[in-house]
Amino acid sequence: MRRLLSRFVLGAAAVALMAASASAEVTYTRGNDADPETLDQHKTSTISEANVLRDLYEGLVVYSSSAKVVPGVAESWETSDDGLTWTFHLRDDAKWSNGEPLTAEDFVFSYQRIINPETGAKYANILYPIKNAEAANSGKVPPEEIGVKALDEHTLQFTLENQTPYFLELLTHQTSLPVYPPAVKEFGTDFVQPENMVSNGAYTLQEFTPNSRIVLVKNKNFHDADNVSIDKVIYIPFEDRSACLRRFEAGEVQSCSDIPTEQMKYVKDTLGDEVHIVPYLGNYYYAVKADKEKLSDVRVRQALSMAIDREFIADEIWAGAMLPAYSLVPPGIGNYGEPAYADYKDMDPLDREDKAIELLEEAGYSKDNPLSVEIRYNTGENHQNTATAIADMWKNIGVKTTFVTADGATHYAYLRDKGDFDIARAGWIGDYSDPQNFLFLVESNNPGFNYANYDNPEYDALMEKAEETSDLDERAEVLKQAETIFMRDLPFIPILYYSSLSLVSDKLQGWEDNLVNVHGTRWMSLEQ
Amino acid sequence: MLSYVLRRLATAIPTLFVIITISFFLMRVAPGGPFNLERPLEAKVMENLNRIYHLNEPLWRQYLLYLSNLLHGDLGPSFVYRDFSVGDLFAAGLPVSIQLGASALTLALIIGTVLGSIAALKQNSTIDYLVVGVATFGITIPPFVIAPVLSLIFGVSLGWLPAGGWGNGALPNKILPIVTLALPQIAIVARLIRGAMIEALRSDHVRTVRAYGLPTRVVVMVHALRAAILPVVSYLGPAAAALLTGSIVVETIFGIPGVGRYFVQAALNRDYTLVMGTVVVVSIFVVVFNMIVDLVYAWLDPRVRYD
Repeated sequence: MRRLLSRFVLGAAAVALMAASASAEVTYTRGNDADPETLDQHKTSTISEANVLRDLYEGLVVYSSSAKVVPGVAESWETSDDGLTWTFHLRDDAKWSNGEPLTAEDFVFSYQRIINPETGAKYANILYPIKNAEAANSGKVPPEEIGVKALDEHTLQFTLENQTPYFLELLTHQTSLPVYPPAVKEFGTDFVQPENMVSNGAYTLQEFTPNSRIVLVKNKNFHDADNVSIDKVIYIPFEDRSACLRRFEAGEVQSCSDIPTEQMKYVKDTLGDEVHIVPYLGNYYYAVKADKEKLSDVRVRQALSMAIDREFIADEIWAGAMLPAYSLVPPGIGNYGEPAYADYKDMDPLDREDKAIELLEEAGYSKDNPLSVEIRYNTGENHQNTATAIADMWKNIGVKTTFVTADGATHYAYLRDKGDFDIARAGWIGDYSDPQNFLFLVESNNPGFNYANYDNPEYDALMEKAEETSDLDERAEVLKQAETIFMRDLPFIPILYYSSLSLVSDKLQGWEDNLVNVHGTRWMSLEQ
Repeated sequence: MLSYVLRRLATAIPTLFVIITISFFLMRVAPGGPFNLERPLEAKVMENLNRIYHLNEPLWRQYLLYLSNLLHGDLGPSFVYRDFSVGDLFAAGLPVSIQLGASALTLALIIGTVLGSIAALKQNSTIDYLVVGVATFGITIPPFVIAPVLSLIFGVSLGWLPAGGWGNGALPNKILPIVTLALPQIAIVARLIRGAMIEALRSDHVRTVRAYGLPTRVVVMVHALRAAILPVVSYLGPAAAALLTGSIVVETIFGIPGVGRYFVQAALNRDYTLVMGTVVVVSIFVVVFNMIVDLVYAWLDPRVRYD
């Protein structure tokens, strides 16, 4: 009995000890949209990948908790007068997680790797502002010839093709995160495995179990490690948004990256301040095949746009999770002022309907000769409800609508391959906070995104002019002219601006709502 | 017996081959490919990706390549989980799915048999109606309703069990998924047992052992149950194959890292190798379990022999 007792006491002491050490370690369980396709930053493209990579690696510049661009690996930087040369000075104490120094050469290696077509980097084209990047990515010149040079161990210089006012924003994207050259050389594609990965951010990779979790632990060699308060981050992929909600309510996760919109009322009522609905840098639109005969008349496209009651769709179908959109560029974006809103933005819906009928009549459509269109959309309950509601609104102006649906892969392949359609749903989330990142979608030389086959030399000329304008105010003006033309011609009908929806526990400090919905764990702390 | 098993296995190989062939070509008929994203790829990048994954070669060459890799036990790289091979994914996920499926199956067999037998013995009594009622209920309520409800009650409201997550296989994390998987199976097994048991109790050989004066316990457990379990056995073959290869609903709702989700994820993302991997694995399970069922059948029912 005594032995048993002493064992029990020992056991209890051990448990107490474990509990003490557990309470010393702060673990943040973080809901993510999905699993990363890969943790190789050069092969990624999705937002859920960006979230994990942001914690693992640090680029030259990073987003602060309020999504301002602040120094990362680079301490300071300067640009030449013509804006084509950018020189970055790397911090002396920049290190990899294994303690090795991080040098400008490592960045050169990384940029050459992503731009090398052999790598198969899906998102390399975002770096085309860098000199020769496009040529190198399409195999015309060797990757060594891109405009990224190490002047010395701590100085990195970029040469650009054109003025790129959003260049700093661009560098916050995961495609600009460095890879550790020795690991890539030794392990090839396996450098992303937990046992091989060397990173330079606030955290290092401990475990990646698909469909279950990704575990990151604090990187002691990170230069700002003293200010990193959370010791461990567990990313959990939630395909089922309700599952995240339940685990959030049960206190098992401290944040969710999405909210089931169908339960929005319940969520708002029960969780109150923990619900974050924030304008986001994205647009939900319908592309109209502008070169198709029945839709080539601008008046037809205007009428279709006018008849859509966006407030109803945003509030009733999306339960306030989206905002009505009357422009392509979302408001609040950087390097821009107010977007070029449609002039019927504040008009009464009924007046708008009358005006739309008038426009259709001018274009030659009437009750006896009604316009009929087909909407293609990718499967999804809210996409379906939105399309149904729009068809109903169009019925009011005498337009007949039919639907075709396909799963996401088929839908986007169809659009990309220039399949025949009238109107197709699509969405765009900005990669960086600049109007160019939205307006370039319908440039005539952008076949991959210009689903509308929109071809307007005046528009292209303005976009080109903006590229060459160095004064930011002047550039904003030119881009606004381009957007005004866009809103007149409507190759895409903007319907909604995206919002980012998050659940954030009261215990989690340092989560600041922002337009790009970027929240690095290094800025946060957690009350136990 | 052994020669029977060997013969069965030998016939399984052409079956698998036909399944693989049909699936391989059917999958390619679907529009779109693994690299069709919202943001289209640079032609050169696409070309390289296609070359890396051998998608640039003629379909018949890809098919032969796949077959030869398969013979070497290589299921290929995954397109969607680019850091893993299909083999890795199954090595990690299959044990999880098998654990949950096997536990659910065992639970269903035990509880279902007991409930079904009781109902049969007390035919047309309140207990019988209760069992049949509950069983019907269990079959009609789909798992995508049961799972969130269980999670809400035991995870969120009562806080007794985790609302989701795998927790590296900790027991509390497994309870709700196993119960969700088991409930409809309990219902089916109970109904099958009840029906067969009622019949068995009226059969000649049971009447004979009764006449010999054997105790009811022995009559039911040894003689009647042996006959009554036969329909359950034939049901269990396909059911086991389905349960052990995971459930997309349970895995998605509870966040379980099994292989059930790969069926849907792979198909939607055109992850060709992962689709083929799931086809191969499921086919093997179906073939093997059907064989096991036949063997168990022969062992239970002396009238069936395979020599």
